[in-house]
This record gives sequence, structure tokens and C-alpha cells, in this order.
Amino acid sequence: MTEPISTSSNPAGNDRTFLDSNELILNMGPQHPSTHGVLRVILKLDGEKVRGTECVIGYLHRGVEKIAENRTYAMFNPYVDRMDYVASVSNGLGYCLAIEKLLNTEAPLRAQYIRVIMTELNRLASHMVWLGTHALDIGAMTPLFYTFRDREEILKIFEKYCGARLTTHAFRIGGCIYEAYEGMEQEILDYCTFLEPKIDEYEQLLTTNRIWVERTRGVGFISGEDCIALGVTGPVLRASGVKWDLRKAQPYSSYEKFDFEIPIGVNGDTYDRYLVRMAEMRQSVRIIRQAVAGLPAGPIMAKIPKVLKPPVGEVYVSIEAPKGELGYFVVSDGSTQPYRIRVRPPSFVNLQALDKMVRGQLVADVVAVIGTLDIVLGEVDR
Amino acid sequence: MPEEIKGNSSAPQPPAEKPATPAAAAPAKPAAPAKPAGPVPEPWNAALPNALKSRFGSAILEANTYIDQNYVTVDGQVVRDVLQILRDEQQFDYCVDLTAVHYPKKDLQFEMVWILYSFARNERMRVKTRIKDGDPAPSVVSLWPAANWLERECYDMFGIAFEGHPDLRRILLPDGWEGFPLRKDYDILRQDKAWVQANLGIESGQ
Repeated sequence: MTEPISTSSNPAGNDRTFLDSNELILNMGPQHPSTHGVLRVILKLDGEKVRGTECVIGYLHRGVEKIAENRTYAMFNPYVDRMDYVASVSNGLGYCLAIEKLLNTEAPLRAQYIRVIMTELNRLASHMVWLGTHALDIGAMTPLFYTFRDREEILKIFEKYCGARLTTHAFRIGGCIYEAYEGMEQEILDYCTFLEPKIDEYEQLLTTNRIWVERTRGVGFISGEDCIALGVTGPVLRASGVKWDLRKAQPYSSYEKFDFEIPIGVNGDTYDRYLVRMAEMRQSVRIIRQAVAGLPAGPIMAKIPKVLKPPVGEVYVSIEAPKGELGYFVVSDGSTQPYRIRVRPPSFVNLQALDKMVRGQLVADVVAVIGTLDIVLGEVDR
Repeated sequence: MPEEIKGNSSAPQPPAEKPATPAAAAPAKPAAPAKPAGPVPEPWNAALPNALKSRFGSAILEANTYIDQNYVTVDGQVVRDVLQILRDEQQFDYCVDLTAVHYPKKDLQFEMVWILYSFARNERMRVKTRIKDGDPAPSVVSLWPAANWLERECYDMFGIAFEGHPDLRRILLPDGWEGFPLRKDYDILRQDKAWVQANLGIESGQ
């Protein structure tokens, strides 16, 4: 797919290029404000046209999978928050579901609802970070301040619920450890009422904004077939017209009980991905309202042993994280430590599509496409 | 459950098989099993594994279901063909993930795992095979381009070569790194200190 780019010798070779100029190798990153972390992209340029890219990743590699083999199941739980650190609740949910599956147990209904509420709040927070930084990258500074101001309220709810704002460690294997705090339901409902007009406000700033439309429409096109072939999931896949969301396709944690829609796009470009994520935020608000209204009484922790020794076996469990399919493949040898944990990160797999999406486009569009892919380098590198 | 945190790996574990309920007045305790017997893999009876079995015969070593998840284990000789048929004839159009598990004590040290999903059938399955240390695994980049970086990562972490991969290099670790970290014999305390000292100027690799 990606042809290797020679950076040492004359890269142009005998190719005739636009304007008969030599091809230019341009290095972008790893310290570049629009790469959202430490991503290095080597661009092969012909004038302003991109003829190829190569991603250099691994700057944030911490060996999460190796760490897991040296921890107990419960001890590894906080580590997963550090992968996609703007959606740490989702990471924790996926991990807990995987170990619960391995133990062949399930969280109680109340815990499942609390998990849905927190995960959807986290999806909102993650999409807000995406919107603010993505808009900033292509020249709109105002949304950044608006989204970070409104995201702050979600982080405050997290802080009240579990004591942490970013790397929350909100759930435990078998359910939740924290009961809903006093007045949490009302606070979350109030936040939903507060947020909906704010989403309108973001859209007013951007949806018909001529500069925004010019910078995003037709930029970074990828077809539904290419998405599937490249394993791209999440809003990127849905913006290309594939109606697939794990919350609907293979529901987990009671998602089948909630009424919501899967927004899809038509054109598969950066503008449609923007529209899809905006629509997803409204759907998340819808899910949160239903979950708070239907929050059942009961225990929040399943009966699981204090020392977890899952039976010998292996499972793969995945959830719809804000960025796409986040999966955990866990192998147990019957001891207290996982024999192997493999994380299937959506950002890592989605980033692979960058080359396909920017070939033939302009340099400035690379920034837009990195933003629209919504990658978090902590998850790409793990 | 804050007690969970105490589970230190090096400290001796309290026996997990103690019954949680206080057996206060139970005169004759029934011989409870030491550990609750976990679920066992059951044969996976469906059209798909049967079609594979009739085609590849004994090369399909097992086709099982474990906690509602299906997997087939196949012989290393035919795994590329099995994957090709799953994509072309059984609509498994999405390669979710591929990885390996290291069992250093076994003769065939590496278990390769491909996790596949079919949009049309809304179904997931795993294909597994065992390979020897040093033997290559077949590359599936030509079937699913998604496998490109996944195979590079697998090579990076386990040192498994993928036959037919267009650009097999390290992806997460730096090019000059020694060793393959996810092998079980790779000690985290004895990682590549030489590289760290030469390139980062830090005394210890930790």
C-alpha cells in the first residue's frame, strides 16, 4: 500500500514531476502543533501536491501489552486509561467487559447504566476535544475555547463521580465501585439541557462557514470499501456511508435498551466526518437522557472473587470507542496475571488510512486530514 | 473493591478457592470443587466450519466455540488458503486484528491469531495457527490492506517474519533496537539499555 520513500538518495529519480521540479521530501513533526502529539509524517511533495506519505510512530510507546503481563488483572485496569487519554472511560469499559467475559460474568444492570452514562459523557468530551483542535488546525480559533469551556463541566462531573478528571479509572472488573453521588442524575440532565444549544452554537460557527466548508469539503476522501479494506472504523467509516456501529451491531452494556440512531455521511470527506461527529454528539445526549431516566436500583458490583483467576481460555471483546472499534484480546492461563493482552487500537489502524486520504491533495490538507482522523498518539503507540 | 489492589504479583496469593459464604452451621460440607469449573470449548457446528472441514480435511485441527466466540485452529500449511476462502467465499471482509501469543515451552512456539469480522453476517471469528520460532507466517496484506501495520507491529514485538509483506520493518520501536519485547523470554529489566544510553543519554533503561 505505502510505497517506501527513500529519504537518503535523490528521491525524484527519473520521474517527471509537475513543473519539472525535483520532488521535495518534507518532514512534519514529531513536534508539530497539528499532529496532536508526537507523530512524524514524511511527505513526498511535488510542488504543493502530496505524492506519498510515511508515518513514523512509536514516540509514546510504553509497552502497555508487556506491562499487562506483569500485573494482576485488577492492577492493569488503570493503565488502559493512559492509552486514549481523552476517552479514558471508554478504554476502561472495554477492558472491564473483556475480563468479565473471560470470567463469564456480567455487571449488574445499575452498573451497566452508570457505565453507559459515563461512557457517553466521555464520548461527548472526546468529540469536543476533536472539534476544538481540528477547527483550530484549519484556522477557526473560537470553537476551541467554546468546546473546552463546555468540556470542563463533564470533567467536573467525572471528578465528583470518581475523583479524577482525565484518567478516571471509573469502573472495576465486575461493575462500578462508586455509587452515583448525591444529585448526580439532576446534574447530568441539567448538563444535557445546557449542552444542546451549545452544539447548535458550534454548528452555527462552522457548518455554513465558507472558509470551513472550503477547507473540508472534498478533502481527504475515502470510500466505504477502502475503509473496510483498511480496517477503518468509527465516525470515519460512517461518514463514508457504512452504517455500522458496535453499539447497534453487537450491543454491550445494555445499549440495546436505548433508542438512538447511527448518523452516516454520504461523501466520505472531511466535511461529512464533521457532520457525523456533530450528529453523534446529539445522539449521545439522547442516550444519556434515557439512561438517567431509566437508571434502575440495585447493586453496582457483581459477585466476583477478590483475587481474580479467570479460567484458562481466551476472548476478544470490543466496544465502540469515540474513535472506532477498541478491542481487547485476552489470554488467560488460569493464574492471577494475564498471559497476554492485546489491544486493538482504533487510532493505530485508522492512521494507516492517512496515506490513502492525502495522496494527490495539497500540503495544507494533510493537517485537515490528521485532524479529521481524530487520532490520539497515546493510543497509536501504546 | 480496594482490596483488589493488594494483589501483588510477587507476594503469595491468598487462596481464591475459599468459599465466600461463611459455612457456619454446615455439618458436613459437600466436597465443593476447589475452583469453579470454567466454561469449556464446545464444538462449533455450523455451515462455515463444516465447509472448511470438507475442503481442508484434517488440516482443520479444531473448530470450537468458547463463551459464544468461534474460532478455528488450522495447520500452518493451509492457513493462508483458509483466510483467502474466508474472505472470498464467506464474506469476512474486515480483518479486525492480528497478533501472536508466545508459548516458549512448546515446540511450535508462536500461536498466530487473526480476528475477522463479516459486515454481511455480523459475525466474528478467529483463525489460529501454530508456527515454529524462526518460521515465517504468511502475510495477508494482499487480502486485507489493514494487515500492513498490524503485521509490522507483530514483527516488531515478536520477531515473526511475514512472508510476502511489502515493507516489513519495525514500526513502534526504533530501527536499531535489540530484541523483541513481547516474547516471554524478554525480561523487562534487561531491555536494550545500550540503545537508550547511546541515543537518549540516560544511564538506565528504566
